[in-house]
Amino acid sequence: MEATVLNLLASVFGSLWVPIWSLVKPVWPLLWTLAKIVLILAPLMLSVAYLTFWERKVIGWMQVRIGPNRVGPWGLLQPIADGLKLFFKEVLFPTAADKKLFVLGPIMAIAPALALWAVIPFSPGWVLANVDAGVLYLLAISSVGVYGIIIAGWASNSKYPFFGAMRASAQMISYEISMGLALITVLMVSNSLNLTDIVMAQSKGRFAGYGIDVFSWNWLPLLPMFAVYLISGVAETNRAPFDVVEGESEIVAGHMVEYSGMAFAMFFLAEYANMILISAMTSIFFLGGWLSPVAFLPDGFHWMAAKMAAILFFFLWIRATFPRYRYDQLMRLGWKVFVPLTLIWILVVGVWMMSPLTIWK
Amino acid sequence: MEFKTILFYLFSAVTVFAALRVITARNPVHAALFLVLAFFNVAGLWMLLQAEFLALVLIMVYVGAVMVLFLFVVMMLDINIERVRQGFWKNLPLGALVGLLLIGEMAAVLSGRYFGLANLPAHNLPANYSNTKELARVLYTEYAYPFEIASVVLLVAIIVAVMLTLRRRKDTKAMHPSDQIAVKSRDRMRLVKMAPEVELPAPAAQTGEKA
Repeated sequence: MEATVLNLLASVFGSLWVPIWSLVKPVWPLLWTLAKIVLILAPLMLSVAYLTFWERKVIGWMQVRIGPNRVGPWGLLQPIADGLKLFFKEVLFPTAADKKLFVLGPIMAIAPALALWAVIPFSPGWVLANVDAGVLYLLAISSVGVYGIIIAGWASNSKYPFFGAMRASAQMISYEISMGLALITVLMVSNSLNLTDIVMAQSKGRFAGYGIDVFSWNWLPLLPMFAVYLISGVAETNRAPFDVVEGESEIVAGHMVEYSGMAFAMFFLAEYANMILISAMTSIFFLGGWLSPVAFLPDGFHWMAAKMAAILFFFLWIRATFPRYRYDQLMRLGWKVFVPLTLIWILVVGVWMMSPLTIWK
Repeated sequence: MEFKTILFYLFSAVTVFAALRVITARNPVHAALFLVLAFFNVAGLWMLLQAEFLALVLIMVYVGAVMVLFLFVVMMLDINIERVRQGFWKNLPLGALVGLLLIGEMAAVLSGRYFGLANLPAHNLPANYSNTKELARVLYTEYAYPFEIASVVLLVAIIVAVMLTLRRRKDTKAMHPSDQIAVKSRDRMRLVKMAPEVELPAPAAQTGEKA
């Protein structure tokens, strides 16, 4: 693709291309990477905007309401209006706040949420950085996401944000463990840390030989881990029913209480970007990424988009369905149910892989 | 200058700056956050050395877990800065001595002669060289026993830490979900057999009262 773009640029500039290229050449890798980053993040931001709209619509329908329908046809311009409103609002600083950290908080929330997309493959070869330690990178950077909430909660110098920060640091660390352990079984069966390899490893198997690839994906042999991963993903993004970090009826909005305007919008963007990321990761690790569920249909990004949309719908669905967990029950689920379950399942998968009944060769 | 060299100087400069701020920052939370910054940049340096596994594990363990718990505690402390600074001049000579010793030892190790750097082959790894795989191969074959012993020691440390801080309070009103689930209906409600109470027909005298 890089060569095609260069040829296109050369034909556009004509005879001027040679002097331009001699100037551009030293920084070309930087420019090319920046272009790819924009290509990933621009659609992502658009998806975030319309995910908020879709959420309000879906929850509206589930509660027998109409949802937003005033701005534009069928309310389609609502997220744009919301964004503009937040953009033009003043960012207020509490007098007792730590100003520098108060600004740093939202940045630390959104930076990891965007940086994680660097290793997500959308289709064979469609990836910003096809690194061998992709899964490690995902685990490492997603563990940094909690700093945004902690810093925001502490810097606000106010009671409810501080509660939110404390709840966040305990909750996100707990569920990171079960998430990481669930991923270990995926690594074991796919024998790689590279995300593209993990997807391609799911295209083989007995059922794939029959032409029904959908049963060869990791979700079936690793079904308990799929469930653990998905539920931990909900907890990791602080979404309902695990949204005790913001719990609007208990601690108003947790770490976001003192934020307004664009600073608040950053937390919002980070939450939804993280949701889309978790759905992308789940589809890559367990649902075969861009692979087609049946052999007679072609693979491609549309499959991954469909899987991500289904998981995102699941996120919205459970938000409309379940009441919020009590905090001690949340901790119990993480530490006393998920961690032992994943540890046992790692052992089971290990024994299964070494036994003659193995399905991964 | 190569891009990698620029990155190296950038990471090193930020690391040194952040490390200095860790010990000079007045606010303990700021100090902890500067330590996070230092860890991050050291991870960047390791990444430049093609030690991607160590770099990412550094971020995952130290930045993602250890420092979060550090902050968790530091945030809740109400530290009197003046009292912390009281013994500064008294402890300075001892601190300086320890610091000099550390620097001297590190210089001796890192000067290159110690590891015989000149004898090492050139650092040309193939593109598909996986740091993680190599590390695992050595860890689980050559050093299997030391590795297992280290993990057992860590496990014991975890259990001891939990046991030392665990205190069972008698007066706690916390409910255990497993107890709640195990409850049978007969534990909570008693069905009593009794003779049916028959409603008596209303006396005829009362019906006439209204009139």
